[in-house]
Amino acid sequence: MPLGITLAWRNLWRHPRRTWLTLGAIAFSNVLLVFMISLQVGMYGLMIENSLKALTGHIQVQARNFIDDRKMRQVVPDARGLAERIRGETGLATVTPRTEAFALVSSAERSYGVQLLGVVPENEPAISSLPGLVDEGRWLEAGDGAGIVIGSVLARNLRVSTGDELTFIGSARDGSFAAAVAEVVGIFDSGITELDRGIAAIPLDFFDETFAMRGAAHRIVVTVPELDTVPGYMDDVQALLPPGEELVVHDWNALQPGLRQAIQADIGSAFFMYAVLVVLVAFSVLNTQLMSVLERTREFGINLALGISPGRLGRIVMLEAGIMGLLGLGAGALLGGLLTAWLGVRGFTYPGMEELAASFNLPGRMYPQVTLLSLFSGPLVVFLFTLLASAWPALRLHLLEPVEAMRAA
Amino acid sequence: MTGFLAIVTRLAWRNLWRNHRRTLITLCAVTVGVWAMIFMTALMRGMVNDMIRDGIESLPGHVQAHHEDFRFDPSVASLLPLTDAEIEARLVEAGIDRFSNRVNVPAVVSSERASRGVTLYGIDPARDRQLSFLAGALADGRGLEGEDDDGIVVGRKLLETLDTDLGKRIVVMSQDPENDIADRGFRIVGVFDTGLEAHEESMVFAGKRTVQGMLGIDDRVSEVAVLGDDFRNVTPLVERVRTLFPENVEVLPWQELDPYIGAMLGVMDGFVLVWIVVIFLAMSFGLVNTLVMAVFERVREIGLMLALGMRPAGILWQLVIESLILLAIGLGLGTGLAWLTIQPLEDGIDISALAAGMEMFGASPVLYPELTPGDVLLANVVVLLLGFLASLSPAIRASRYQPVEAITRID
Repeated sequence: MPLGITLAWRNLWRHPRRTWLTLGAIAFSNVLLVFMISLQVGMYGLMIENSLKALTGHIQVQARNFIDDRKMRQVVPDARGLAERIRGETGLATVTPRTEAFALVSSAERSYGVQLLGVVPENEPAISSLPGLVDEGRWLEAGDGAGIVIGSVLARNLRVSTGDELTFIGSARDGSFAAAVAEVVGIFDSGITELDRGIAAIPLDFFDETFAMRGAAHRIVVTVPELDTVPGYMDDVQALLPPGEELVVHDWNALQPGLRQAIQADIGSAFFMYAVLVVLVAFSVLNTQLMSVLERTREFGINLALGISPGRLGRIVMLEAGIMGLLGLGAGALLGGLLTAWLGVRGFTYPGMEELAASFNLPGRMYPQVTLLSLFSGPLVVFLFTLLASAWPALRLHLLEPVEAMRAA
Repeated sequence: MTGFLAIVTRLAWRNLWRNHRRTLITLCAVTVGVWAMIFMTALMRGMVNDMIRDGIESLPGHVQAHHEDFRFDPSVASLLPLTDAEIEARLVEAGIDRFSNRVNVPAVVSSERASRGVTLYGIDPARDRQLSFLAGALADGRGLEGEDDDGIVVGRKLLETLDTDLGKRIVVMSQDPENDIADRGFRIVGVFDTGLEAHEESMVFAGKRTVQGMLGIDDRVSEVAVLGDDFRNVTPLVERVRTLFPENVEVLPWQELDPYIGAMLGVMDGFVLVWIVVIFLAMSFGLVNTLVMAVFERVREIGLMLALGMRPAGILWQLVIESLILLAIGLGLGTGLAWLTIQPLEDGIDISALAAGMEMFGASPVLYPELTPGDVLLANVVVLLLGFLASLSPAIRASRYQPVEAITRID
């Protein structure tokens, strides 16, 4: 139908100002959509990664009810052995056991309750972001006997710094009294108050001795390189669990349900906004197309009298909308992509974003990245609605009576 | 010049309805746009206001006074230098009657099965009622009955974590000023439920005198929380309170105590404006298009009017007023529609399926939209003002037509 396309094209430019304004509406919405979707997608990925990187990891092996009860006696037996097997079978190096207990930590002058973690010092840097956040002293090392790493707020509250001694007391796995003395080797600053105030880390062996764990642990933490490979690894790990023991595998959704839900809530509100934009564009196009059809009633009447079918005329109208839509899609995607890419280099922030972002483990300055999805998903939906909006004026043509139409004002 | 204005307005009104299909479609678009502006704004505003109220009620109040070292060393070593009685006297004398003096120290609570680190608040329930969420969030048992009450009120999540129950005893351990352990047994007399698990797990409340006795701190307290009238405007209150205390007492407004929520308020105000402008821009293409098409269709008529003696300003105003009437109707309908759709949602939109996610934002799982006159006014003013500006260009152009050319225009 090259003739149809030529006619459609020419029809569009009979009223250049009108066409430009409608194109403007489409392109404007597209630019906004490309930018917002790029920002969103990047933000979610970052939020998940950062949140999980702190402590949770992507997959954990735990005793059956540990996720709800968090009791000392709900353990994964022979944790090191199981971690080794998981490493071997999956090929992932980032697998490590961890233990935890509530303890009262005391310095010379103060006491505070904290969550004490037993970790394998040499494994943690590849798995958790905490070792990298140590800004005073250093992270634990393989040879450290009785060393402890604490958060910056805790250090301040306890009034200690590196080299000072802390005592901690708690309840061992068998219910007996557990106590030990440790030397502060490092202090970390994550920016997250809960972590900086409430977490302290000691070597796994030290924890094991003090709390009588007998080689068991509370979690085996696994991180994977790509978020979408998690389900596959879940199955692999599941298969490695010894039968009969009461062990389960959890993925990060179960471990941090808030993350997925926060993202869903955000997507929900974003959808609403996108929907409003698309609807407004659709109205614009509807208006334009309807006007352009109505003002050509006489012309269409003549065409019909000459023998062109209403369907053919309708197709020309739809082609006009289609061409306009495609131009708008192209322009919007191009401009939107350029804007996003520019901000991706320069960084995007607004006043107040820094404080807000901190509570979601996001940096105060975002660098949106353009992906195929973000570049085209919004504009394609707009294009679709552009076509839909033009459908009615196009279909109306079937109702035209040639003689009446030719006499129209 | 009312005669002139009256004529021009009547012409504008009639012109609008000459092409009722186009006017109606544009009207629909404006109505939907305005509805979206106001509805979305009300939802967000409601959420943020709730968060702020929650944040303020737990527990800094609008203004808080504490020892200057307190934020670095939130322990029993950083008590306010004045006695409870003195503080109360000074505040009452200054005409401030909504305040709560509290003891605020870190502590460890232990049941038979487990222990947790918490913050222990010693409060005067009568005074504290006005400032905190506690009275309203009580879910089980009873609240504290006086400063001397020897019971303790804990959050529901803490009850679960400690594996204990209402009516059972727990031991609370903290530090006294001599760095010795100060501990006491308490019976759990009440359970609170706020929907925010972080609060439920980390706060416990007991009678002020009881806690003072346990810690051996006589009549001293850690902090005073003061409530004003408007959380948006606390600076005068901060000043008033500051004059009542000596130099080594830090007096802060809530925005500084909880920068997250302070930032949220500013961001939300900005967001509302941006949202309104964006919607308007999306609508404006359609508006200008409508006006341009209207002018185009009436070129000959405009030329005739000019030739017959109508001043160019008359044409200009006719077109601008046409636009403004359209926008005004759209605004009315949109605002009305927004009000209609918000009314049934007043009891809140329940998104408890996403409760844990909302908690990450610090928001509760029920959203209460809040239609504020300020936001509605902003939307209306922005739309009318920008609409006026947008319609100027085609209108000015039309008013500049040369009558003879315009009359003889064929296309």
